[in-house]
Amino acid sequence: MKLMKLFKPRPARLVQSLLVICCTLLPWSATAVNQSKLSPDLFSSKTSRDIVESLLVKSLMQIAEGNTVQAMDTVNELIRTTPNFKLAHLIRGDLLSAKARTFGSNNTSLISSTTDEVQGLREEARTRINHYFSDDNERLVPDLSVQMDAEQQHLILVDTVKSRLFVYKKSDAGLQHTADYYITIGKNGADKSFEGDKRTPVGLYFSRKKLSTPLSDFYGEGAYPLNYPNELDVYNNKTGSGIWLHGTPKDTYSRPPRASDGCVVLSNPDLKKLQPVLEAGNIPVIISDSIQWTGNSSKPSKIAEIEPLNQALENWRADWVSQNTSAYLSNYSKDFFYSEGKLREWSEHKHRVQAGKPKITVKISKVSMFSYPTRTHDAKKVTANNDQIVVVNFEQYYASPTLENKMRKRQYWKQENNQWKIIYEGAA
Amino acid sequence: MRIHKILRKKFVAPLLFAVLFAASPVFADELKDIAAMAEQGQQEQALKRIDAYLNANPKDAQGLFTKGIILAESGKRDEAIATFNDLTKTYPNLPEPYNNLAVLYADSGKYDLAKKSLETAIKTHPSYATAHENLGDIYARMASEAYDKALKLDNKNSRAQSKLSLIKDLFSNDGKTRVAANNATPTRPIRKAEPVAPTAATTPSVTSKAIPPLKKPVEAVVDNTANVESSVNAAVDAWAAAWSSQSVENYLASYADDFSPAKGQSLSAWKNLRRSRLSGPSKINLELSSRKVNVIDENNAKASFKQYYKADGGAISTFKTLVFKKTNGSWLITEEIASN
Repeated sequence: MKLMKLFKPRPARLVQSLLVICCTLLPWSATAVNQSKLSPDLFSSKTSRDIVESLLVKSLMQIAEGNTVQAMDTVNELIRTTPNFKLAHLIRGDLLSAKARTFGSNNTSLISSTTDEVQGLREEARTRINHYFSDDNERLVPDLSVQMDAEQQHLILVDTVKSRLFVYKKSDAGLQHTADYYITIGKNGADKSFEGDKRTPVGLYFSRKKLSTPLSDFYGEGAYPLNYPNELDVYNNKTGSGIWLHGTPKDTYSRPPRASDGCVVLSNPDLKKLQPVLEAGNIPVIISDSIQWTGNSSKPSKIAEIEPLNQALENWRADWVSQNTSAYLSNYSKDFFYSEGKLREWSEHKHRVQAGKPKITVKISKVSMFSYPTRTHDAKKVTANNDQIVVVNFEQYYASPTLENKMRKRQYWKQENNQWKIIYEGAA
Repeated sequence: MRIHKILRKKFVAPLLFAVLFAASPVFADELKDIAAMAEQGQQEQALKRIDAYLNANPKDAQGLFTKGIILAESGKRDEAIATFNDLTKTYPNLPEPYNNLAVLYADSGKYDLAKKSLETAIKTHPSYATAHENLGDIYARMASEAYDKALKLDNKNSRAQSKLSLIKDLFSNDGKTRVAANNATPTRPIRKAEPVAPTAATTPSVTSKAIPPLKKPVEAVVDNTANVESSVNAAVDAWAAAWSSQSVENYLASYADDFSPAKGQSLSAWKNLRRSRLSGPSKINLELSSRKVNVIDENNAKASFKQYYKADGGAISTFKTLVFKKTNGSWLITEEIASN
């Protein structure tokens, strides 16, 4: 009789005995069940879903429902698909432990759920589940001011809070969500400020082409460096280097949400899928810990801001051509900085070179604009309040009686009292 | 020996089944003799006699069963599996051969086969407690393996190496499943991931480190007394840790190849005895106190201590001296002297 009882464990008891992962399950299972999301189509209808993530969530849902036999089948399938997925092995371990317990074995106490490794995997489960159950990922678009030049096709957005990398494609209607991937960021989270702080920077960066030098297995599929520290970072005395987008070692499918030294880490299969986007190089990567989302993807993003900024850019060009130095300088913020100094130096230099009012030609083309994800305390150094900053890249043709050149230029524009002003200018 | 011990302890059925199946009391005595012979380490002769016995009684279940145990005991796992498999075909309703098959499969890491065997045993004998215990243990082992994969894959070389030695330890020590099955005491050192709390029962108080890397800490080249002393201390810790965690191979690796057992025992007989002594009890509690290390020179040292040992029986306190010699960079035991 006693044995028979052991053979038919009550699901509740079984779930409770899932030592390691149950803590992950408890917070969300209740809400998930209440929203009756357990219908089978959850796992089949969304064809764009990543198979690995689908199977993972499916197995956890089955555990939450007490269907441990099915959960074991699912997790076995998951491990067959992705043998190096540690989280899957952890869940399998839990299921087997629960099973062992039904036979009176108490070996499960061997695993401590408080180690960093277990905590990390638990965080990964929680992060992936949260993402899976948020319906909005494909519908929402980030509230960003974006204008791409003719050659640019993609924008990458890294949400450090969701541990997710979103890929958007340029379309007539605005930004089109094409894919998103689970990522790992720095051990200590976002907002890098100095070397060794194990944080991922917050800002707008541009990816370089895939590193061609042979890298260790640690970087997996490859590495795409970002230009951290960028001009604004340097101005804000931020230090550190070597912030890359890279893959994972062979024996590891994915790492916990916060585990890197500051890099953004993707699974190797995901990085491979991202390769067509990244291979061109110079891909804008916005990393943010406070993304604002807007509900309607059919509207172009923040066109209202882009138009005045384009106008401001044209005014700046025209003022330059006019050689009216004070008009020209009025385009610059009092907080302006550049490689040789601040507004005062810039102003002196411009007064000098424009004194003779030579006749010049300035043409700008291939203009792109991207919102800069500022943080309140960062922005302080540049501006007293948290004004919007947009990075503008363009190709500049300049001709004067003595000089003719063509260059890629980068400016940081800031909105001050509803007027766009330049806070940085330099070669890109 | 190990299998015998466990089988005797755990299988109520074989006794019963000796009565039912043995052709006559004479044959039963013959089987007893053979078993005793095997237990004394004369496995080759025992095998010859059991084969002769089986020639005369080809379908004798107890005889086949005894043969299977002797084969398993002498490390002939595949032949043992074949023997028990034959038994299950001839006597499909006997649960014990399935159980032993499961033990042998589990020892070679074939958990799925082990599981199937046990499930068959349980199907025919739903209240067969040993099979239930073993099945629970197999699930626990599979769980450990899964946890291992979950928690070790991420680590770089250091962890990867200890993981390999862990596997070697697990699969080279065929006493473990039986032992664990005996009492559901974990023998898998998952505790490596979490060195202190959960395995307090099996982790010796002398060291907070878990079993392995026996070679590494001892390997460091040293040439002054203080270093010798700390290396010898580390070797004692590793020895005690291996013993109390019932990690037979690590325990035996603490001894030099030219270790001479007390009482004129041969090294192989001593090793067999130690194997069964280590894997037999459900758990071993070992505490060392009043430790002194006497450094003789840079390659020789002695460690003396009071040893408190408690396994399934009562506690035993012993004064012990281990004589260490540094061999190929490792401090290994060449002599073990005990006094009460």
